[in-house]
Amino acid sequence: MSFELPKLDYSYNALEPYIDARTMEIHYTKHHAAYTSKLNDAVNGTALEGKTIFELFRSVSSLSPAIRNNGGGFYNHSLFWKVLSPNGGAPKGDLLSAINTSFGSFDKFKAEFSNAAATRFGSGWAWLVKTGNGLVVSSTPNQDNPLMDVAEVKGTPILGLDVWEHAYYLNYQNRRPDYIEAFWNIVNWEEVSKRFIS
Amino acid sequence: MAFELPKLPYGLDSLAPIISKQTLEFHYGKHHQAYVNNLNTLVPGTAFENSSLEDIIKKADGGIFNNAAQVWNHTFYFFSFSPKGVKEPKGALVDAIHKQYGSFPEFKEQFATAATTLFGSGWAWLVKKQDGTLDIVKESNAGNPLRNGLTPILTCDVWEHAYYLDYQNKRPDYVKSLWDILDWEIISKRY
Repeated sequence: MSFELPKLDYSYNALEPYIDARTMEIHYTKHHAAYTSKLNDAVNGTALEGKTIFELFRSVSSLSPAIRNNGGGFYNHSLFWKVLSPNGGAPKGDLLSAINTSFGSFDKFKAEFSNAAATRFGSGWAWLVKTGNGLVVSSTPNQDNPLMDVAEVKGTPILGLDVWEHAYYLNYQNRRPDYIEAFWNIVNWEEVSKRFIS
Repeated sequence: MAFELPKLPYGLDSLAPIISKQTLEFHYGKHHQAYVNNLNTLVPGTAFENSSLEDIIKKADGGIFNNAAQVWNHTFYFFSFSPKGVKEPKGALVDAIHKQYGSFPEFKEQFATAATTLFGSGWAWLVKKQDGTLDIVKESNAGNPLRNGLTPILTCDVWEHAYYLDYQNKRPDYVKSLWDILDWEIISKRY
């Protein structure tokens, strides 16, 4: 069985003006699609065929860079599209309580997450991670993620922000902080809650 | 003394269509300038206050290293181009390339592969080792071969900001196009 590029829940222009249609289309049909097919190339016909993406991540340090890079690229973008939505909002219920407990307030959480995203040097991701010790903000280089055995902060990512330049360069160029600020308008908090609870 | 953004020896529109004016306006005018500004903010009051850029690159870590190396790397990159440059290596570099790679086209192939396969942000380098032989190395993010006692001869910036406005996801097309604006008169002298 192969890994498949998941369908998007919205159209390419649905997240405008925060993410423009052209960026969305290239990001999904070129970058994400390439990670998916390269992951399949790296896995199919090997002893790893049939393993889940989570199994691969748990021992990724012993696997080839092709699996780490493309597996991460496949999973991270799949999560990213899900935690975005044209109808933003704010966290509620248990998730909001957990955010308040771990960070003091929603605003403090946002500031910490934005800072992690802005200061990740080079390509990578900022994460909100569910850990044994509550919620934690972290960032990872390239296509690594908190599910990988190589991650500094390990746990379940429930929100992620892509800060590779391909995620924002057509629309924001060198202004990564503007892209990060825009992101808060299109976070799908219902989806983040679901991932927090499960 | 503060570090400065060097003036480019060509107009921002003169490398088009290989590198567009818009890309250079951001890449040189914003990114390169920001690394210079950041470095000038970070260095005062540290042990590197009177150090050369090369010394900082060899000894510093963290933000000071990142910004210093990015200043150096971009200057080295931008100063490899010219709208009407010499298209092939000259002098001693020709022999070194032939010895190491068999031919100039074969070298180009191997260098392009390094630039294309570097995962994430970074730089592909042609370097001279201490024994005079050549090597092609990949460095992530701000990585710079001076740190390993190597002499840089040529570099290719594969941070997405270097090519995304002109080539988007098609990094191989960007790398292939660069051969038309590299000036081997300048590059050969570095060897």
